[in-house]
Amino acid sequence: MTVLDCVGLSCPIPVVKTKKALKEHPEGLEVLVDNVAAKENVSRFGKTMGYTVSVSDEAEGVWRVGMSK
Amino acid sequence: MKFGLEKNTETPFPRGDFAAAESHEKKGSIGVEGEAASRPVTVLKNGSAVRLTGMVKTSGCAAKLPPEKLHSVIDRLPLQNNPNLVEGFESADDALVYRVGDGQVSVQTVDFFPPMVDDPYIFGQVAAANAMSDIYAMGGEPAVAMNLMCFPSCLDLDVMKRILEGGLDKAREAGAVIAGGHTIEDPTPKYGLCVTGFMKESEVWSNKGARPGDCVVLTKPLGAGIINTAAKVDEAPEESVLEAVRSMTTLNKRARDIARKCQVHAATDVTGFSLSGHASEVALASGVSILIDTKSLPVMSGALSLASFGFLPEGRYSNENWLYGKVSFAPDVPQNMIDLVYDPQTSGGLLLFMPDEDARRFVSEMADPASCAVIGRVVERGGALISYS
Repeated sequence: MTVLDCVGLSCPIPVVKTKKALKEHPEGLEVLVDNVAAKENVSRFGKTMGYTVSVSDEAEGVWRVGMSK
Repeated sequence: MKFGLEKNTETPFPRGDFAAAESHEKKGSIGVEGEAASRPVTVLKNGSAVRLTGMVKTSGCAAKLPPEKLHSVIDRLPLQNNPNLVEGFESADDALVYRVGDGQVSVQTVDFFPPMVDDPYIFGQVAAANAMSDIYAMGGEPAVAMNLMCFPSCLDLDVMKRILEGGLDKAREAGAVIAGGHTIEDPTPKYGLCVTGFMKESEVWSNKGARPGDCVVLTKPLGAGIINTAAKVDEAPEESVLEAVRSMTTLNKRARDIARKCQVHAATDVTGFSLSGHASEVALASGVSILIDTKSLPVMSGALSLASFGFLPEGRYSNENWLYGKVSFAPDVPQNMIDLVYDPQTSGGLLLFMPDEDARRFVSEMADPASCAVIGRVVERGGALISYS
């Protein structure tokens, strides 16, 4: 699965990068984020685009948002 | 001067991909005076073009320090006991109220923030309208104001001039005088006003007087924080941006003037702490609970759709965090509606608490059903401070 690193980025940039990456990888994506707003916003984007979204802890303060069809 | 309305050709995506029509949201054309505010406007920095909103991390009232952080500090400061101080910061009211003799009080507030729009003239108008709103929320009228300006040394000084002109024009519209101010060099631009009004103490609207049975009236649509977040990366539909700009630059003067003819029990304005935050301040101060019907909320076009796509400012999440346990939702309230009621507003509407008949008269005289509506009712304290259905 393609991994998009959005650690260190604040909203709305992670959503914009996720949108762009999903155009190149419509099968799905994993997005790394390090703030609550990015975790929630990227999850909302994935769900609205019709993906199944799962969130897991990656490290202290970092989440992995998985999107699959 | 270099703030031509150039289209930013580096925009990664076409504008308005997410502009799905939503039956809940209002339609209609939006007229904004002056320039086409929705297009990216660039200003000069060291000879190259930048966008004002590109120079800031957070913008508008979404840039406020999260409320729990603010309260962790001010709640530990000593209360000031001065017989002339009617409202201080312990009541979370919109402005300081101080007796000046003969039954008169001065009402004072200060508000400033980084730009949420690229056009410096519109930014000046929004910041001034937002600052003066706190005086209207107390039932008063702004009389005198001073500028607060933080300005990057690398930015063209004409940008500062346009910001100040925007503020001056809004103050003039409000009938207030701006004389003087203070300017600091700062990498992040910020602008706002310190505003003072004078009124009878007996006519001050505070957060405290809401009574069970009162109607809750909101005078501007919600969604400015969401639209500003999407607009920063050119993802907001043009009509949404125009509507947000029109709303943010509208003074709460007319709403205040009409409400003065009604029996207002309590009032505040909806800004960075969101509808939920500002309503809960009134509920807390008045010792009541508030029921809000989400289907009756006025919403800016496109805002709910953009929320579904995750264009939500950080302040939306800090507002929810701060209000944990104080707000409840019926199970059928959709996620994007929950997002909307935590969305930090910039220069939002008045939130007025008045009896049924006054509320009906007020809404009918405002005659703008897409922006101004009865959104809920005050009940005896019980359960959550704010309950959404």
